Amino acid sequence: MSALEMRYEVPGNDFTRAGEASSAIKNKLKQMGIPPGVVRNVAIAVYEGEINMVIHASGGTIDVFVDSDAVSLVLRDTGGGIPDVELAMREGYTTAKEDIRSLGFGAGMGIPNMIKYTDEFKINSEVGKGTVVEMKVYLEK
Amino acid sequence: MTMTIGDIAKLLDCEVQCCEDRLNSEVHTACGSDMMSDVLAFVKDQAVLLTGLLNPQVVRTAEMMDIICIVFVRGKKPCDDVIKLSAEKNIVILSTSHRMFEACGKLYESGLHGGTK
Repeated sequence: MSALEMRYEVPGNDFTRAGEASSAIKNKLKQMGIPPGVVRNVAIAVYEGEINMVIHASGGTIDVFVDSDAVSLVLRDTGGGIPDVELAMREGYTTAKEDIRSLGFGAGMGIPNMIKYTDEFKINSEVGKGTVVEMKVYLEK
Repeated sequence: MTMTIGDIAKLLDCEVQCCEDRLNSEVHTACGSDMMSDVLAFVKDQAVLLTGLLNPQVVRTAEMMDIICIVFVRGKKPCDDVIKLSAEKNIVILSTSHRMFEACGKLYESGLHGGTK
């Protein structure tokens, strides 16, 4: 059992609202007195994940667990899944269309950025069923 | 040399769109990009973002990165929703008629560098 658990719903197909959940998570962690560097790393990683959920999977849920040693995040969607996860993790690889790129995303940096800002990263994806991303940022390095 | 948001506004002949009360805040680094994932790839402190992209995700990206000021280049002006969101987040919005390359060049020449970690 974590000290604090929170769940956020991410609405799909509404790009203008993408980031609202990440913003709420960031504010909550800040209020809790989590160190600013940790808050920023969590915020960036979860924001990239949230954008991916909106672009590729018509939304999903984000669960946040705050413990004495780390902030953990579980992002779940029931989208189309990723056929080749290893490829999706490569910098620059993207399946996003031009309309998404014109909005400033879809450069193939989403997953690499999530890995970069977290201490633990796991992704499980099944085609036709969806994707689960689990991330952890330690409170002390 | 320290530079403030107000100095940037002067150097680039900017219109201030919101959060005028923060013009005295110091800026230490800057980045210029229309690709938000590239902005998210490098953490900077007390940074300003120069961009030609106008959607709310620019403000969201700035928020996640603790960026304190956004400069919209090429004479672009964001819509009211974007300005409102930025005001809520206490992020200054400036608009300049300079193009991206010129705007970055002027700031760089005046001592504001990239400062990537």
